[in-house]
Amino acid sequence: MAIGTAAGLFSGLFGVGGGSVIVPLLILWLGYGERAATATSLAAIVFIAAFAAAIQGVYGNVHVSDAALVGVPAVGGVLAGTWLAQRIHVRVISLLFAALLLASAIELALQ
Amino acid sequence: MIWLILIGLAAGVIGGLLGVGGGILFVPGLVIVAGLTQHQAEATSLLAIVPVALVGALNQDRYGNVRRRDALRIGVLSLAGVAVGVAFANALSATVLRDAFAVLMVVIAGQLVRRALHTSTADKPA
Repeated sequence: MAIGTAAGLFSGLFGVGGGSVIVPLLILWLGYGERAATATSLAAIVFIAAFAAAIQGVYGNVHVSDAALVGVPAVGGVLAGTWLAQRIHVRVISLLFAALLLASAIELALQ
Repeated sequence: MIWLILIGLAAGVIGGLLGVGGGILFVPGLVIVAGLTQHQAEATSLLAIVPVALVGALNQDRYGNVRRRDALRIGVLSLAGVAVGVAFANALSATVLRDAFAVLMVVIAGQLVRRALHTSTADKPA
């Protein structure tokens, strides 16, 4: 209940799925392993993002064609990503992605 | 347009690997590359996340990694939080929302680093 509410607030506010909230909470509170938390979080995000997109649609903020341009290729990407996740250690990827996030945050703040 | 597709591809791979829907890359991508406002980018990101998370979840489910009951419970119980979060986002100015998002990205970067450094036996396949 608390996880759902927290993830929903977070997702609605920031336009992200909420995985960064759900995954650590599943691990900390419910004793999930990393992989099960990641997978379960993805499934929960389907509902969360659909709710949030629908409500944002009411506000008139959703650009459907841009969403398709980003979202459809991302489906191919996610297939490759989940395939890879079963086979490699994600530690190095996490660190690289953290660096990319920092760079993007700076870029965004300077916009 | 090609950049949007590339952002989608990259975000998908990372989302599949790290278990996020990709929004943390969609939003800055849509702002920086597509020139959407922060509000439009967040809203558009949410829609783009749906097919990504769906395919990712189905895929993970084949590996037996999804705990369906918990996923459903979290998803359904999120609705109230989502409504409040979206209303709050739309009440904020673009500048405030954008800076908050930049802070979020830094926080998530820190979280990833911590996770990567502490990942141990819990990372074994289920």
